[in-house]
This record gives sequence, C-alpha cells and structure tokens, in this order.
Amino acid sequence: MSLRDRIRDSQVYRSIFRHPAPVDRRNRVLVVVSNLVLHLHPVAIPKHALRPGFTWCMGGITCFLFLVETITGVLLMFYYRPTLEWAYNDMLALRDVVSLGVLREVHRWGAHAMVISVMLHMYRVFLTGSYKPPREFNWVVGVLLLLLTLLLSFTGYLLPWDQLSIWAITVGSNMARAVPLLGHEGPGQQILAAGDTLNRFYVLHCVAIPLLAALLMGLHFWRIRKDGGISGPL
Amino acid sequence: MYGNEHEFLERIAGPMGWFYLSACAVNLLAAGRALRGRRPQRAGAWGAVGLTFAVLGWRAFDGNPAAMPEACKDAIDAVLGPVTFTLGSFLILWGLYLGRRVFVRPAVAFAGLNVSLLFLGLSLTDAQFAAVVIQPDNVPIVAMVYLLALFTWLSASAAVKNDRRLGQGLAPAEKDQAEKALVWPDLVYTELICMILASAVLLIWSLSVQAPLEQPANPAVTPNPSKAPWYFVGLQELLVFSDAWIVGVVVPCLIAFGLMAIPYLDPNPQGSGYYTIRQRPFAYGVFQFGFLLLWVLLILVGTFMRGPNWGFFGLYEVRDPHKVLALGNVKLSEYFWTIWLGRGVPQVAADAGSLAQFGHILWREIAGVTLVGLYFVALPPLLGRTLLRRLRAQMGFGRFTLMAVLLLAMMTLPLKMILRWTMNLSYVVSMPECFFNL
Repeated sequence: MSLRDRIRDSQVYRSIFRHPAPVDRRNRVLVVVSNLVLHLHPVAIPKHALRPGFTWCMGGITCFLFLVETITGVLLMFYYRPTLEWAYNDMLALRDVVSLGVLREVHRWGAHAMVISVMLHMYRVFLTGSYKPPREFNWVVGVLLLLLTLLLSFTGYLLPWDQLSIWAITVGSNMARAVPLLGHEGPGQQILAAGDTLNRFYVLHCVAIPLLAALLMGLHFWRIRKDGGISGPL
Repeated sequence: MYGNEHEFLERIAGPMGWFYLSACAVNLLAAGRALRGRRPQRAGAWGAVGLTFAVLGWRAFDGNPAAMPEACKDAIDAVLGPVTFTLGSFLILWGLYLGRRVFVRPAVAFAGLNVSLLFLGLSLTDAQFAAVVIQPDNVPIVAMVYLLALFTWLSASAAVKNDRRLGQGLAPAEKDQAEKALVWPDLVYTELICMILASAVLLIWSLSVQAPLEQPANPAVTPNPSKAPWYFVGLQELLVFSDAWIVGVVVPCLIAFGLMAIPYLDPNPQGSGYYTIRQRPFAYGVFQFGFLLLWVLLILVGTFMRGPNWGFFGLYEVRDPHKVLALGNVKLSEYFWTIWLGRGVPQVAADAGSLAQFGHILWREIAGVTLVGLYFVALPPLLGRTLLRRLRAQMGFGRFTLMAVLLLAMMTLPLKMILRWTMNLSYVVSMPECFFNL
C-alpha cells in the first residue's frame, strides 16, 4: 500500500473528505455536493457557462476580490487606529516600517479593481439578458451589492486621513448633505460631525457594510442556483 | 508636477520602453497567429507594426522617447471641448453601433487597439498628460477604459455572430453548447486559473504603483479642484448642470431605482442567456447610452479634463487656475419674461404672506413648470401612441408609464447639457426659496 493510499485510507482523511478522490464520475459529483465551498456550484452546468468568453469571469473575480479585501483589511486593522492623532501616522508606518509593505497597496488597488469588476459583471449580465425571468430578483440583489461596493470603497477612501481622502469625502458627502431639511440643517449635520466622522466611517467600512454585503452575497449565490444557473430561461 | 522637462523624460523613459516592448510583443503574437492561420499578408502587417513599436521602445530606453508633435497636441486641445467631446463620443459610439459588423472583425478591432496604444505612448511624453494619467488613483480608470473596450468588443462580436445565425433561422451559439459538463474538474479549474491570474495582476500592480498618501488632512487648505473618488466623479460632473442635492441624492436614487426596475420593465422574452443586439435593440441602446455615455464618459470628463475651478482643460493644456471660464447663468424665467415677453421678471412685495409668495414663485417660474410638467405628463402617452407603440401594447399602462418617466428622467441630462451649451441656460425651474432648481 502506497503512502498516498494509506493517507486516503486513514480515519482522519475519511472524516474530512467523505468520499474517495474525485477521479470517476460518481466521486466528481460527490466532491461538489459534500464540500462547503464547492457546493455553491451545481453539480453540472451548461458547457457555454464554462467559457470565459461568455462569463468574462467577472462575478467570480468580484467574489475573489471581496475575500482579498477581507483578508488584507483584517491585517490592516492590526496596525491602524481610527483617531485624529494616529490615523495618518499609522499610514506612514504602514508605508515605511511594517513588513509586507504592499498590504495597503493590495487593499487599495483591490478595492478599485472590485468597483470595476462589479460594473463589468453587471454589464455582462445585462448584455446576455440574464436578468430576465426567473432571475429578476437576483438582479435587484446584484444592484444592491453594487451600491454596497461603492459605499465600501467610499467609506474606506476617508481612512488614510490625508488631503486626498478628506477632500474627496467632503465633496461626496456635501452633495448628499445638500438635501433640504435632512442635510446640513438636520440629522446629516450630526452623522458627519468632523471629529466623529473618521470613527463612524471606520465602523461602517470594517463591520457594518461588509456584514451586510456578505449576507447579500450569500443570497445572491444561493439564488443563482435556485434560479437554475447563471443565465437562460428555466 | 515635475521639476523640469529633462528630469521628467528621464523618469518616464524606462517605463515607456517597457510599454512599447509589450505593445511589440502583442503584435508579434498576433502575427504568429495570422501565420498559423495561413494569412501571410496580415502577419506581415502586424509584424511591421510590432517592429515599429520595437523601434519606439528602443528610442525610449535610449532616453529619447518619441513625442507627439506640438502642432498635433495644440490641434487636439483646440478641438476638444465639453461639446465636441460629448457629442463626438456619442457620434463615434453611434457609428460603431451601426457599423458593428465591420468593427467586430478581429483585424479591425486589433488595429484600433494599436492606434490607441500609439496615441497613449506618444501622449505620455507630455508632462501635463502624464501628470493626469499616471496619477496613481487614475491608473484604474485607464485600465477600465481598456477593459470596457475589450468586453464591449467581445460581446458585440458574439452578438453579431448570433444575430447572423438567428437571421438564418438557427439557434444562438450558446444553445449549441447546452449539454452539461461536470463542475469538477472543468469549472473548478477555470476558477483556479482565473484566481491565480487575478492575484498575479493585483500583486504586480501593487508592487509597481504605490498607494497615494498626500499631506496630512488639513481642513484649512482646500485643494483646487477637489474631486470625489473616481466612481462618483461622474455625479460631481453633473454639478455643472444641476443643484448639489439633486445630483447627490435624487439622481443616485433614480439610477439605483431605475437599475433595479430593469427586469420588471423589459417585457421582451427574447435574448435571455445569449448575446444578441437584433432581438433587443431598444434595451441594448438604452443601456449602452446610459452606461457608456452618461456614466463612464462623465467619469472620464471629470477625471481627465476638469482642472482648477472645475474648468474644462484639454489633455495637454497646462492647468492654469486663472483660466477665464464662461458661465452659464441665464434662467429660463429670465428668458421667458425679459427676452421673449419683454416685460421683466415679476417681483413680489417682501411683506406678502407666505402663500402669496409661493403663488408668486410659481407664477414667476410658470414657463419652466409648464415645460417640465408637459415633459413628464404629456410625453409618456404621446410616446406610447407614436414611437414606442409596440412597447406600450406589450407593457400595459402602468409599466409603460413608469418606464417612460424613468427614460425621460435619464434624458433630462443630455437635454440639459445641450441647453447649457446652446442657450447658456442655468435652470429650467429655479426656486432657490424652496431649495429647488432643475
């Protein structure tokens, strides 16, 4: 018995993977059904849905980028303090002192890439008519996810607390705050009060919006399966 | 900005060389492909283009990258204005749409790519152009333009192919591949490769471009211009044409609502699950108009052409904060009362009651209010009887009216632009007393 077979035959291996290696048809089906990550997929899909020329892989890339952002984001949270006296200094430290000095770069460029990949994903779904029945509701969920992506990027833009970030956010939020009664004169004033803004954006960026996005992503993926695949009538 | 011309050229020469070398490599690959496909003439053409790029690359590595002639730059800047840029892009996209059968041919599309690469390369030696385009936060926008071009071409060529098949009574190509494949191994491996490629691109990007970090935040020093993050710059650009809260609240809500409503407002059962233009020209046209022209193009204008005081600057023009800007500030009420009726805008006594004041405001703005009312109330049924008769019959009254109102709301944007350029019109309805300007 070879070492490989002995591992495959051990109690530990069999307790994790409940079927033999996916080399024949039966076990290729089982691997998808019995694995938490893989079971996001159906067992079999139409051949054209495999072609990158059809899907552009943009939905998958968006999901992947969300994971990259989550991981780099958690790592960044170890170094960053959302207060007026520390935020900018922590940025300098991240750039000059912290090892793995590309963390912030990966996080920032990944965020830009995610905005682009979400838009391209929507573009593909529209052009293939994949929002048509029975997928109307999943398109709505997708639009909500697009908005959340923009909000995630927007709230994150403020955190470096440099000239670029505060003025970009000022321009953006001033437009929203110009709304009569609810803006400068009303609740908008308190939500965006100078000293607290940084902390509020930080909590929104690191906890509130990602949780909501993760929830909606779960719904989005589940509905793809329930609606019978990525496109085409049922 | 850069210290002096020489220093700037030295900094940019190396990256330019790599840029041209990549362009050369892409062309040589295309030439190889053409050779294998037994098309020697085409292979020769791409080979020649590749050699040209190689020469340009060699010059760049030598510290003397080829530059666009000054006369050429001046001509481009002179022609480029808000009107010509917007209308020109519209006409180009319209032309591409009409001639799509020609433009989706790989050779034609590839030639277009080469022209754009040459333009980018020659322009990057201009310090002003480079300062805007190579700004770290603007790199993704350049990438987005190329990705959009690639995917628009890819989808259009699939659509043209399908439309030809549909015309012959065949099913679209996607239906021919309807038989199932197992997710393991086919899809899982595609995803793995895709993930590795995406990680590689992200890592190379992160290692070569540093994330921007400017001076510490200082509320006392306002940069001129202050720009929103790039994906909201399109909305910021709208500030030129409308009020802040309309642009910052009403328009985003309308866009989000309109996008979510699309599946419920598209009664066409055809074109589900495959690329086609012929079976859904209306949906295709409206979406491309809204996405490419009103969303992406405004982002490009806001990012690349807006300078100090939100003035419009050519691509190579020095961003002079003292440039004199034309103001568009004639209200429709002023046109109506003063210029057309010749009797002056009605005034109201300051001590009049609030109801009287409100009535007066309405009377002052009567022309604009009527116009907007007619636009949103009378146009939908009119469209339903004339241009969009088929849709009206398919959709029923409620859905059609909602669709028409959303469509008309989207069209207010280009209409407002045209009115601004031709009549210097600031607002159709202007009621600053009630925070309401349209």
